[in-house]
Amino acid sequence: MIHALNALLYSSVLFLIAGGLSLIYGVMRIVNLAHGNLYALGAFVTAWAIGRAVEAGAPNAVLFALLPVGAIAAAAVGAVIERTLLRPFYKRAEEYQLLMTFGLMMILEDLIRLVWGPNPLSATAVYSAFGSVAIGDDRYPGYNLLIITVGFFAAVFLRAFIYRTRFGVLLRATSQDKRMASALGVNVNRVYLQAFTLGCFMAGMGGAIVVPAQSAVLGMGLDALVLAFIVVVIGGLGSLEGALAGSLIVGVVREAGVTWFPEIELAVLYLIAALVLLARPAGLFVRASR
Amino acid sequence: MSQAVRFLPIRRVWWPVAWVVPTSALLLAAPYLFDPFQTLTLTYGLIAAIGALGFNLLLGYTGLLSFGHSAFFGTGTYAVAFLVKYLKIASMELLLAGSVLASAIVSVLFGYVCVRYTRIFFGILTLALSQVLWSLAFKFFWVTGGTDGLRVPTPSLLGSAPTNDKIEFLAHHYYYYVLAVFAVCVLIMWVVVHSPFGKALQAIRDNETRAEFIGIRVRRYRLIAFVISGIFTGLAGALWGPLNGLASPDILEWPFSGEIIFMTVLGGFTTFVGPIVGAVAFTYLKTYAVGFTVYWHLLLGTVLLVLVLALPTGITGTIQHAVVRLRRSS
Amino acid sequence: MKLLSATGLSKAFGENRAVDCVDFNVKQSEFLALIGSNGAGKTTLVNLVSGLVQPDSGQIIFDERDVTRWSPYRRIKVGIARSFQIVNLFDRLSCADNVALSIFSRQGKTEALGALAASDHAVWDETHDVLRGFDLEGQAQVPAGAISHGERKLLDVAVAYALRPKLLLLDEPTSGVSTREKAPIMDIVSSMVRSGGITVVIIEHDMDIVFRYSERIVVMHQGSVLAEGTPGEIRQNDTVTSTLLGTSHAVGAPAASSEHAGR
Repeated sequence: MIHALNALLYSSVLFLIAGGLSLIYGVMRIVNLAHGNLYALGAFVTAWAIGRAVEAGAPNAVLFALLPVGAIAAAAVGAVIERTLLRPFYKRAEEYQLLMTFGLMMILEDLIRLVWGPNPLSATAVYSAFGSVAIGDDRYPGYNLLIITVGFFAAVFLRAFIYRTRFGVLLRATSQDKRMASALGVNVNRVYLQAFTLGCFMAGMGGAIVVPAQSAVLGMGLDALVLAFIVVVIGGLGSLEGALAGSLIVGVVREAGVTWFPEIELAVLYLIAALVLLARPAGLFVRASR
Repeated sequence: MSQAVRFLPIRRVWWPVAWVVPTSALLLAAPYLFDPFQTLTLTYGLIAAIGALGFNLLLGYTGLLSFGHSAFFGTGTYAVAFLVKYLKIASMELLLAGSVLASAIVSVLFGYVCVRYTRIFFGILTLALSQVLWSLAFKFFWVTGGTDGLRVPTPSLLGSAPTNDKIEFLAHHYYYYVLAVFAVCVLIMWVVVHSPFGKALQAIRDNETRAEFIGIRVRRYRLIAFVISGIFTGLAGALWGPLNGLASPDILEWPFSGEIIFMTVLGGFTTFVGPIVGAVAFTYLKTYAVGFTVYWHLLLGTVLLVLVLALPTGITGTIQHAVVRLRRSS
Repeated sequence: MKLLSATGLSKAFGENRAVDCVDFNVKQSEFLALIGSNGAGKTTLVNLVSGLVQPDSGQIIFDERDVTRWSPYRRIKVGIARSFQIVNLFDRLSCADNVALSIFSRQGKTEALGALAASDHAVWDETHDVLRGFDLEGQAQVPAGAISHGERKLLDVAVAYALRPKLLLLDEPTSGVSTREKAPIMDIVSSMVRSGGITVVIIEHDMDIVFRYSERIVVMHQGSVLAEGTPGEIRQNDTVTSTLLGTSHAVGAPAASSEHAGR
């Protein structure tokens, strides 16, 4: 049971990151290599904010309320990036987009080091505030359950958002046929900005929500990026259901790997990704229209 | 920009004689013109140029952007380190042969998986695979020396053992050795990209479907290009080992792949000599900039952004376009 | 003598039956036009024959070989070549390079890493012959992305032609070209293929071109073959004219077309 929860925990965070990546790709056909760094940014900002609040002696409720700060920061940075750096590249060859986001990745990585230094930041105060819950004979950290809940609501909310709201319709229309949507009066630039911001918000949220459980460290951005890619490889790039399924699969496999073969856990994931790529290049869940 | 200029194909820069001769003369006379430190920097630059030349076979000529070339460079360096440590080999020729073999094996393995995909999936796969190699260097620390790395002593060149004055040996004998290997590599790569195979690669870059439908087996050719590219970069790594004296995991890490990409884009990936120019320029830049700031990747990333936004064809590409424009208006 | 014989070909994309149990034959040396409204399945049929897609069922016999499951590479080696509806060229390479690549590929020389392409004079002589035949010799050194649309369509055909195929599949070789340029392009194409003894299947929407250049016409509609015959027969075929044009008048009688006036 604990294992199942741990798997769900990992999956929830992964879904937030990979879902954001997939959303951005689905709408804009852009892969942001710096996506992982936005997750890292979310973690660092939240950890820093909570750290400041703890020093100021703030009560737990305030600490809890500060959690989304990282997500908001990531979203803000994302909005700026889209507007200034990504937009000139939509009409250019994909190599340039990749090069540009790769440059961003290097910048963000060092920027985080510049602002917060080389040491990890943690927000354990929030983590301990949630205590632990009895599950069967064991006790399980309450905070982990929160992460799982957030992941669950994110999936539900996103689904509703994409399929039931007006903005969701605009998103889907633009992703399927940008020119047509534009001809019908959709402000494609604005949809792009909103989609990108939302994707970055999700990544930042992933970082923000996970940081009380694991500290924010340098290098977490790249790890997240590669893992998110494994998820979208398995699930299909551009599909939210795929991101969900992929996250669950990766979460389960990782939990199994960590329990039984701790050393080769990452290798197992890469292996699965490679196998999926060999068998179904477009992923397991990608829609036929793509 | 007029149509013809926008579609400027990869061509040699059309004033070859004007600069090849002076440059060769300069390179040949370098140890006598510059102090040892400068010569060593130039040596590093030439080594980087071999690596970048290999990298650009994939990017400029085949249209594949790899984010994991550090894997091949590191394979080359560690191959030399292993051969020295575990097989006690001291001959540079044997070390080079061994590292070429090692890079070939790694590039066949990685390439087989990666060339089935293009663009972003290709890029991420190369990135992920190079990170796997990097993490293996840590995991098997009892073999690889972990973060401390492995020492790479100066080998004997063409049978003659290194002299006591190590700096002098490196700045003189080793420099000429590297220069010779560099010249051979440039020649080989020049022939490859100007061969029918090279043209086929460019066809694949421009239109993979059409290439398939004139009878070019795209995946196979990409794999061949990938392996050649890996071997060149591995060779660079092998030459780098003795010069640096140490093989450590950071040459397998992704920011190092970023440096290879950066120097190629800086010099210009649409010309043959672009990577060479970029590699040498980058090496000098790095030598002086690293003294400036510890946030080297921030600087690199920012300049890369500026390059991609403003000077996408790099130094040589921009010069080439300017020359064409000048010719047009005269 | 049948060069190509396809029987029972079917291909569905999801629920859309693009090609529905089609029998399709092409005789040696003929110039066949494949016509039909959009979505009739013409391009899919060409894709099946050229190997871009695999059929769900059916068989394709080419030159007495069963090529149904063959890769595009093998089909090209036995003599099937095609051009594309949307021009597919190597834009950053010169026109000469585009054509030369077909020749290098045909001669198996593209695997040669150690020889300089520029030194193979035989290939370049042939390249220039082909370019001259297609009236593109002046553009030999110009990048393919920089020439006019009509020239690109011609180059597209030239690249396929340079493979010296037995069967040439041309998917709308004059689409997007101004009416004035269409006939000159087709004149060049048809004289080149005739002198080369090449069998041609051409997908076309322009009926004037179809009736003027083809010897036999196959009409497709919603995935099946509606009719086939000589231009004269098809012209008189009421089913065809009413399906394609919504009228039952005879189509394409030369005197009626003002575009050919003064030619």
